[in-house]
Amino acid sequence: MRLLIRNARIVDPASARDAMGDLLLADGKIAALDDAAKAAGADRVLDARGLVLAPGLIDLSARLREPGFEYKATLESEMDAAVAGGVTSLACPPDTDPPLDEPGLVDMLRRRAKVLSRARVYPVGALTVKLAGERLTEMAELAESGCVAFSQANVPVADTQVLWRALQYAATFGFPVWLRAEDLWLAKGGVAHDGEVATRLGLQGIPPFAETIALGTILELVRATGARVHICRLSTAAAVEMMRRAKAEGLPVSCDVGVHHLHLSEIDLADFGAHFRLEPPLRSRRDREALAGALADGTIDCACSDHAPMDEDQKHVPFAEAEAGATGLELLLPLTLKWGEERKLPLAKVLARVTSDAARVLGVASGRLAPGAPGDVVLFDPQAAWRVTPQALKSQGKNSPFLGYELTGCVRATVVAGNLVYER
Amino acid sequence: MASNLQLNANGELRHLLSIEGLPREVLLRILDTAASFVGVTEREVKKVPLLRGKSVFNLFFEPSTRTRTTFEIAAKRLSADVINLNIAASSQTKGESLLDTVANLSAMQADLFVMRHASSGAPFLIAHHVKPHEHVINAGDGRHAHPTQGLLDLYTIRHYKKEFSNLTVAIVGDVLHSRVARSLIHGLTTLGAPEVRVIGPRTLLPTGVESLGVRSFLDMREGLKGCDVIVMLRLQSERMRGALLPSAQEFFKHYGLTPEKLALARPDAIVMHPGPMNRGVEIDSNVADGPHSVILPQVTFGIAVRMAVMSMIAES
Repeated sequence: MRLLIRNARIVDPASARDAMGDLLLADGKIAALDDAAKAAGADRVLDARGLVLAPGLIDLSARLREPGFEYKATLESEMDAAVAGGVTSLACPPDTDPPLDEPGLVDMLRRRAKVLSRARVYPVGALTVKLAGERLTEMAELAESGCVAFSQANVPVADTQVLWRALQYAATFGFPVWLRAEDLWLAKGGVAHDGEVATRLGLQGIPPFAETIALGTILELVRATGARVHICRLSTAAAVEMMRRAKAEGLPVSCDVGVHHLHLSEIDLADFGAHFRLEPPLRSRRDREALAGALADGTIDCACSDHAPMDEDQKHVPFAEAEAGATGLELLLPLTLKWGEERKLPLAKVLARVTSDAARVLGVASGRLAPGAPGDVVLFDPQAAWRVTPQALKSQGKNSPFLGYELTGCVRATVVAGNLVYER
Repeated sequence: MASNLQLNANGELRHLLSIEGLPREVLLRILDTAASFVGVTEREVKKVPLLRGKSVFNLFFEPSTRTRTTFEIAAKRLSADVINLNIAASSQTKGESLLDTVANLSAMQADLFVMRHASSGAPFLIAHHVKPHEHVINAGDGRHAHPTQGLLDLYTIRHYKKEFSNLTVAIVGDVLHSRVARSLIHGLTTLGAPEVRVIGPRTLLPTGVESLGVRSFLDMREGLKGCDVIVMLRLQSERMRGALLPSAQEFFKHYGLTPEKLALARPDAIVMHPGPMNRGVEIDSNVADGPHSVILPQVTFGIAVRMAVMSMIAES
């Protein structure tokens, strides 16, 4: 299949391109651009007038809920959601049931995903057995079966000796470790940012130093072990500053932010809406401002959806009893565009945070539009507005704090490995 | 937001979920209505027919004797049918969800739900889901709010002090876990009390408590100086676990109200307590039973205040 996309505004963050042109996909790869693309023959031609053509989005955290949580979502529903959101590659955290701590589970997940042939799935293996923070998993075995990194998902390792050993062991093989920075004890029982809003609403708080203390520990262990560590879902201004200094020092670290945290803050909890119960919690407006600024200046490397689909029953309970998380695969693009719009950033820079920069963290060749690169692209209308409703979302999880909101940026087509896997 | 959910299009009370967000006029109307019911509770026939034919469901997901009883008395004096459900011991333990429980009760033709729940915000969830003719009164949700207690505290203060505009009020003890404190603070600031203080050890004062419009004091003697009203909060014994306090004895020594500490407040200061009291933990018996104490009148006013709230909601 040779697919020619004509008259598109081609935005490729990796080459800093933002110009009209044509692009040809062939043999699963990007074959040619502009005149060379037009000259070659094609089986199908898409006219992309008014649309942006960009590398497919790379999402560093999307839960597909298999195995174990099929009542929340299935691989089918979430892979549909991914391509409907323009996401062509996604990393899935190991917090399944059982967790991704054995090669067999990882094999099965990858096989199931391959059969569906939509987005590319990159499993992140469990760092410790059952995510219990006690024994190391067989990381080398897991890497052979396809794990691209190792993580604890949202379950911090309380025992710092185990964390130290885990980083040493991962560093032995050069495996990246992805960690949330959260002190288990300081966060215990908390459901919201420990600040004015939690005080007013009578919700137990998670202090900002639950993040910075854990981050300080992790950074110190990076210094000691040389492990490559990616910090997941920063939530505080103070942690942003620590990452800025760690990078200046030359530590092998990177970090991301959940796309919801670029737009929402503790203020949004005012009516006890369970959809605003996220992990990490929505923090102060000052924190949100710092996160949005750090993503712009590159201190934060990428934004991700932190996709956590769940059924409504898990949100139809009082705030503190609700499961934390939001559906996000289909909101990653519009919410990233909204962030870029608010900060008046050029589109190539905005998209970099969910394409080329994410590819760098994930260690994959996609996320760019150069000839020879994987044939993963998205075509979207940057002006088209759509309303977030349960019907509009393909994900089985309708749990979004943005339900009822109108967002701008609508995916028209998604191509994975040269195949048109989504079109509307 | 909260205020829209509580008031109908005419600004009348539809649900009572929190004092926060209720305009001053609504609070004063509740207090004035309560004053008219105090007379009823002193009559020989203590009944008025305002809620005749209405069903009031007391939904207590957390154990309570006093609050549940005063709601029951208030509803009966308004001639309502009262159904008490002790849910802590029934369907919730069988795994039925909160919304399912309420939907089932709604099918039994409820008019008014009086609800207590251990989770902050639970009555908001219910208020979002009930039918238009059904009403919700929050009888205490987690640490968030206990609006009828706050209103009866305001009623008591107004009864003894007449005006709010020149008062210094101190709220003492476990403010962190107290829905009573939060409701009273919002009520006092809305009605224009110029100085509201909270007094307690750092472990029992919530982060950023000043943002509620109060001054915080760690030294009780300092904080009591010049106070017209002292509100003592109940200290739950489980606070000694979780590293919040070392012992009840040490707490009493520093934050218990004794005659000697009371003497630092104004000579005509009143002492309040939402009950049930822990004598010798937050309050000395000589103070609890002494001439400054208005703790028992609070209970009596509580019935009139709850009658006022229920009748105003039923009329909306």
